[in-house]
Amino acid sequence: MSMRKFSIGAVSLVLAVAAGAAFAEGPNLGKPVSPSDLAAWDIFIMPDGTGLPPGSGTSAQGAPIFKQKCAACHGENGEGGIAGPLIGGPPHASLDGGKTIANFYPYATTIFDYVRRAMPYTQPRSLTDQEVYALTAFLLARNKLIGETDTMNAETLPKVKMPNRDNFITRFPDRI
Amino acid sequence: MSNKSSNAGGKSPPFEFVAGNGLIDRRALLGRGVVFAGAMGAGGAGSLVGAAAEPLVDGPWSLEVGAAIPPYQVPSRFEKTVVRTVDNPDNEPRNSRARTPHHLLKGIITPNGLHFTICHGGVPDIDPDQHRLVIHGLVKRPLEFSLEALERYPMVSRVGFVECGGNSAPLFSNVALQDNVQALHGLASCSEWTGVLLSTLLEETGIDPKAKWMIAEGADSPHLSRSVPLAKGLDDAMIAMYQNGERIQPGQGYPMRLWLPGYEGNMNVKFLRRIKLTEEPAMTYYESRTYAQVLPDGKAYRFYFLQEVKSFITRPSPGVSLKEPGIYEITGIAYSGTGRIAKVMVSADGGQSWAQAALQDPVLPKAFTRFRMPWRWDGGPAILQSRAWDEGGNSQQTRAQFVAARGQTSKPPSVLGFPSQHFNAITSWAVDAKGGIKHVYA
Repeated sequence: MSMRKFSIGAVSLVLAVAAGAAFAEGPNLGKPVSPSDLAAWDIFIMPDGTGLPPGSGTSAQGAPIFKQKCAACHGENGEGGIAGPLIGGPPHASLDGGKTIANFYPYATTIFDYVRRAMPYTQPRSLTDQEVYALTAFLLARNKLIGETDTMNAETLPKVKMPNRDNFITRFPDRI
Repeated sequence: MSNKSSNAGGKSPPFEFVAGNGLIDRRALLGRGVVFAGAMGAGGAGSLVGAAAEPLVDGPWSLEVGAAIPPYQVPSRFEKTVVRTVDNPDNEPRNSRARTPHHLLKGIITPNGLHFTICHGGVPDIDPDQHRLVIHGLVKRPLEFSLEALERYPMVSRVGFVECGGNSAPLFSNVALQDNVQALHGLASCSEWTGVLLSTLLEETGIDPKAKWMIAEGADSPHLSRSVPLAKGLDDAMIAMYQNGERIQPGQGYPMRLWLPGYEGNMNVKFLRRIKLTEEPAMTYYESRTYAQVLPDGKAYRFYFLQEVKSFITRPSPGVSLKEPGIYEITGIAYSGTGRIAKVMVSADGGQSWAQAALQDPVLPKAFTRFRMPWRWDGGPAILQSRAWDEGGNSQQTRAQFVAARGQTSKPPSVLGFPSQHFNAITSWAVDAKGGIKHVYA
């Protein structure tokens, strides 16, 4: 935007306010909020890894955490219980069911994001970032999407190749 | 298609049949007396008058003083069966859903206590004074709003539906599941919503030109989050705080929800506490996994934003059987996420012939529209169907056409299951000779 255009806009705004069109400007009752104010809430993880915190974890570190905090609902081996399965399952999802981490999830970052924001079901936001990395590594390794000794962190997690990534069709692209 | 009625009695009632199996011209609804006079005149199968009335007496309620008026009135004790069905009454650690009893309601507004609800981590108990809404990300000024602050912004009221993407999912079953309209289509409801347009708040935060999406997040225990195109946010998205005049219900997102008229229910994030403007979607659990629909070829749809044009007959319907041959009103609701309903056609013979239903005013965009069709049931088998068109020219397919493209299960699932989502084809109710009604594929 050129300075000239900018000053014309500024003048119009002043005129509008002077003419009594105060509503166009709004009540202005929002309080400015800083990134540090937002730190505890701003937990979205993007598919490219944006938002992933420092820390790391491995499947070996995740196994005991899974047993302690996840197995009661998801089954001793992640095969499912009162909550859905997280490990194994059919090679393909269908209308009969069977959407799994291995055959359906397009991005590994989604596992980190969801576990951190929503799990364990009865104690969401109670896991440390280290624990979330470890559990993510455990789930990816047991689903044979990474090696048993691979470390998951902000660098490696977005690079995990998810087999079903390219099988999605955006239903209404003209509405984006 | 029009043919004059004639029946065994030899008298011709003064109404016109406009399609097979007893459908009567919708204009008869304008002069309802004519229809009923016709029915009486027809006698026999068409009669609506029973044995001679008994002498009238005062009921006990007419002979004593009534109860004190309560501060918040709830329905009569005789209406105890008009309730939602809940699929997780013990609040076990899983999703909870409550379905609207469409077969017991009339009009287009769903009473607040009967609005469908789905919660993924129970219903949170939010103190409105402590609740905050933050708008940040690709904005010029990240801002935080209290409920008290939002109350001072210019508000708008709009009537519109919310429908779960998984509503009507039982119709993906390979065989017609036997349940009622509440079980099959109960995850859709319609209210008047009042709140502040999101565009009003975005004027104050300013928008970085790079922003193309917004990620909305709730204050519930799953911190439910969905990515929404910013275009929708600027078009008609509302921070809804009131539902049919009162503060929105806890199950609807108290104290505020994102309302995206016509868009998939799950995107209408409840308990809304944060909106972050971004260049790309977050690919959250709900959009990349749960609300992505597997197709027969193994690929899957995602970002199926729209709840497309749909209609279904609410009465007669399974469980609301016909007592005897005679005149009935076929009624139901139609709606479309793209705009107004333009037309609803009704069939009583499984789609062989159709007649246009009357649309009850008001016909509002992205809202339930009530349709009505007078019908004389002659006591024989009938298959009732409705088919809606919206103002964009979109219409419902037959179920066979629909599942040819979208697939169906290989074995019958639970009626509470979700084999896929965004089912919007035609629903069929079969009437048997006793007046019983079943869900069928026709």
